[in-house]
Amino acid sequence: MNTTASEEQERLHAGFHAVWANPRGWRALSLVNHTTLGLRFMGTAVVFFLIGGLLAMLVRAQLALPNQRLLDHELYNQAFTMHGTVMMFLFAVPMLEGLAVYLIPKMIGARDLVFPRLTALGYWCYLFGGLILISSLFLGIAPDSGWFMYTPLSSNVYSPGPNSDFWLLGITFIEISALATAVELVVSILRTRTADMSLDRMPLFAWYILGMALMIVVGFPPLILGSILLELERAAGLPFFDVTRGGDPVLWQHLFWLFGHPEVYIIFLPAAGIVSTLIPVFAQRPIVGYRWVVLSIITTSFLSFGLWVHHMFTVGIPHLAQAFFSAASMLVAIPTAIQIFVWLATLWTGRPLFRLPMLWLVGFLVVFVAGGLTGVMLALVPFNWQVHDTHFIVAHMHYVLVGGMFFPMVAGLYYWLPHVSGRMPSERLGRWGFWLTFVGFNLTFLIMHWTGLLGMPRRIYTYGAGLGWDLPNLVSSIGSFVMAIGIAAVLLDIALHFRFGRIAPPNPWNADTLEWATGTPPRMYNFASQPGCATRHPLWDQPELPESIADGKHWLSIFDHGRRETLGTDPVSGKVREIFHLPGNSWLPLLIALGLAVVCISLLARSYAIAALAALASVTIMLRWSWVNGLHPAALADLRTQLGDPPLHTHTFDGPGRWGMGVTLIANASLFLALLFGWFYLWTVAPHWEAPAASPLPWFVLLPAGLLVTIATLWLRRIVASLHRGTAANLQMQFWGVAGLGLAYVAVLVQVLSTAPLSATLTAHDAVITVFLVYLLLHGALASILAALQALRVRRGYVGPHAPYEPGVVGAWWLYTLLTFWLTYICVVLFPVGWGGG
Amino acid sequence: MVAPWRGRVGHGFVAVAYILLAACAGPQSTLAPAGPAARIAANLWWGMFIVSAVVLLVIVGLWLYALYRTPCDHDAVTLRRIGQRWIIGGGIILPSVSVAVLLAFGIPLGHRMLPLPLPGDQPLRIDVMAHQWRWEVRYPDHGIVTNDRLVIPAGRAIDFHVGSADVIHSFWVPRLGGKIDALPGRTNVLRLRADQPGEYRGQCAEFCGAEHAHMVFVVEALDAAVFEDWVKTRKP
Repeated sequence: MNTTASEEQERLHAGFHAVWANPRGWRALSLVNHTTLGLRFMGTAVVFFLIGGLLAMLVRAQLALPNQRLLDHELYNQAFTMHGTVMMFLFAVPMLEGLAVYLIPKMIGARDLVFPRLTALGYWCYLFGGLILISSLFLGIAPDSGWFMYTPLSSNVYSPGPNSDFWLLGITFIEISALATAVELVVSILRTRTADMSLDRMPLFAWYILGMALMIVVGFPPLILGSILLELERAAGLPFFDVTRGGDPVLWQHLFWLFGHPEVYIIFLPAAGIVSTLIPVFAQRPIVGYRWVVLSIITTSFLSFGLWVHHMFTVGIPHLAQAFFSAASMLVAIPTAIQIFVWLATLWTGRPLFRLPMLWLVGFLVVFVAGGLTGVMLALVPFNWQVHDTHFIVAHMHYVLVGGMFFPMVAGLYYWLPHVSGRMPSERLGRWGFWLTFVGFNLTFLIMHWTGLLGMPRRIYTYGAGLGWDLPNLVSSIGSFVMAIGIAAVLLDIALHFRFGRIAPPNPWNADTLEWATGTPPRMYNFASQPGCATRHPLWDQPELPESIADGKHWLSIFDHGRRETLGTDPVSGKVREIFHLPGNSWLPLLIALGLAVVCISLLARSYAIAALAALASVTIMLRWSWVNGLHPAALADLRTQLGDPPLHTHTFDGPGRWGMGVTLIANASLFLALLFGWFYLWTVAPHWEAPAASPLPWFVLLPAGLLVTIATLWLRRIVASLHRGTAANLQMQFWGVAGLGLAYVAVLVQVLSTAPLSATLTAHDAVITVFLVYLLLHGALASILAALQALRVRRGYVGPHAPYEPGVVGAWWLYTLLTFWLTYICVVLFPVGWGGG
Repeated sequence: MVAPWRGRVGHGFVAVAYILLAACAGPQSTLAPAGPAARIAANLWWGMFIVSAVVLLVIVGLWLYALYRTPCDHDAVTLRRIGQRWIIGGGIILPSVSVAVLLAFGIPLGHRMLPLPLPGDQPLRIDVMAHQWRWEVRYPDHGIVTNDRLVIPAGRAIDFHVGSADVIHSFWVPRLGGKIDALPGRTNVLRLRADQPGEYRGQCAEFCGAEHAHMVFVVEALDAAVFEDWVKTRKP
């Protein structure tokens, strides 16, 4: 009996392994598997973390003594700018996204993320963007205007060198990666949970990652927009932030902190997700107040977008607004406190086991609560005016970020190490690592509050003796080196465990979540069959589940069609709806990322011809990517399904692509709204804003474009509706018609852009209008190309009544193009008439 | 007659207080306030510090107790009640009450720092223009211009009208009060007052490039009469 079961398991494993295994050698560059890519993300992030840490050591060495001459101001400014930038963009976010990429499919019972090629693209963009940014350090031209890049200091007038360009271009490149991964995580969590895993049975970690990913989707685009605008100002002379030409440097601060504050919670949420996952396991009981935690995640995500002004209390913002943001900033303490007391109640009512990860969680609690308390203090405006931009802030922020991200992260690393390696970490070296890190950290940053209260500003490369800052700075520097030794011990422990750790049992911590049913180390396909999920704690309530999964007793246990597939389920109830067939290994992600890297480097070198060529090449490869989809034989060779299985998504109206498009459009809309915000902000607040008496865009010039885009969108909607009815005729001709109208729309926009009397380099007013027009133009062009590709796909038979879902995806893009056109028309053409200017 | 141990404890307190005061001193210390705005901020700090320290100790103590106490078996209803009690008491009531109290104190105190119209003596206006990396100071009522040195009358409210000629800086005299950013194209007003004559160190608080660390200035507060003399000698 037992032997037959294991023979069956062997057979299934061999079959699935053949479909899902990673290629070896240089072909490993084409792999798309989430397990491997998640580890690559985390490994790369650790390397960048070490670089960021070395920069911190340099900073602390320079500040250890008054009048120190280890670094001059040039190097010091690069060091602190890059320390912040590397830790935020190259370590914290990718590290947590990497963990999510590794864990999420396993936790929700899926075989892979829903857009495997996008995982790979995200990784390559991250790697190349990071390398470009780090290369500036070695060239001695690293960004030196602070990680917040305030204009006008970062403008071409006050920072003429390429330093700021490295930041703007490199970070934008990396943000593409963060966004791509976030889109994919949202869709995966919503659509690929295993059968019957309804939202209220989903592991809390997935809720946290959902919150984080949605926050990235909404929060990163304002900074991407800001970076594009600032780079346009630096490279092409379009004034957006230059006060003399009608711009406003404070607009940059708004765009930056509109991203920057949610960023703090983007980092904190997944870390809190680790805490909420580990506490119940070590307390050996379900979490107390699951719904409270979900509510806190949702509240935090929303609130964090309403707090950004608390970074700008000294800018001279109206006091009523300050009071509002002050109260809002304090309110966020409530969902955070709820979580802390949920964890407390869980430990209180459980039977806690004090293992190594728990030690790091206690460290997290002490450090993070202290940071949260100083955070509430800082939200109080009259106190903020004193300590803003002092070392008090440096201390507070490290308590929040190191406490709120690094400590839980290490706890999580220790917890999931056996999952990755199949081996247990050592308890002894791990304890040394913890205590050195914890003591070193507090030695560094506890006293730094005092340094700040004694009046030491941030970002000064040196200070004189006799100001009372000598002793606390020396203590901080010594502490930072103790902390560095602690972190080295942790890394050493982790490195050693791969060789010397004792072999871990299959579920070493007696955890409740499905990732521990994928094998340690995990199988590349995660689950030989996808189980129905009847409870919130599958492995506690059904201990036999790992066996029956491996035996192929559940969904999708067939592999001989050679297809990578995972269940597509209802976003709320988790009822099975489709089979998502997933693409296999591909070189396209690497090629696109290489193309984008060339774009980035040639923009840095200001060789715009090469940049344009490389951009064109990247777009072409992306279109190729979209071509190898659906019924394309390279994407789907074998259409057979088993009796009783749901249909393949290509045969339905709902596939992952529709959801991906939806989430991408949310990100796009966030960018567009940030642009609208900039337009209205400059119009109402910029000190030297000038609107011409006669608008460069009279009401009639854009109307033909509006007519064209409206007709085309309605036509496309009719096509989609006819596909739904199953009465589609002349599909190919109709798509060509839509594409033709789109082309005409683009032509009108080009004509308007080239003939309208816009002096984009002279006034912010004209510069913003130019950006709006180019935005519409690019969207129209892509919409037309997508419609034309649909026509070609109809001809090839990839799209039609038998495979009807792609036109709906393209339709969403068209609808978005239409909406942004009319919004632009109302806000840029009609609104000024109402306001009497231009 | 005082018991000897009382005397020693008394000396101990004096010594601790002395060390604390010494630790708070310093030419740029926000905890050695020399004007009303800085005093409000310092008092807020001490109040918030004490409350926060207690909250931190209680929360960490509760966690450690929860980790080490002997677990006891409860039925589902009791478990639920214990959980709700912690979540509602600690997660909702504790932060809501703290935030309400803090805002009730903080918002009126912040209001008092604002440059509002005064009943009697009108504030003296001084224009401060920040440059990379120096402070240009103008007295519009007197036609005086100085660099990196502000002379003010003690005991009288001063309205600093702060702007920038290039990048963003921030005007800050920690012992007198909070900071205000110096932005190109805008003028921000900051009201400060020095209670006593003396020298107060100030420094740029917003990162402004290469020499940010050296963008230091001095505020010299003089007796009203001495200030008048100074104005007379400096008047063009």
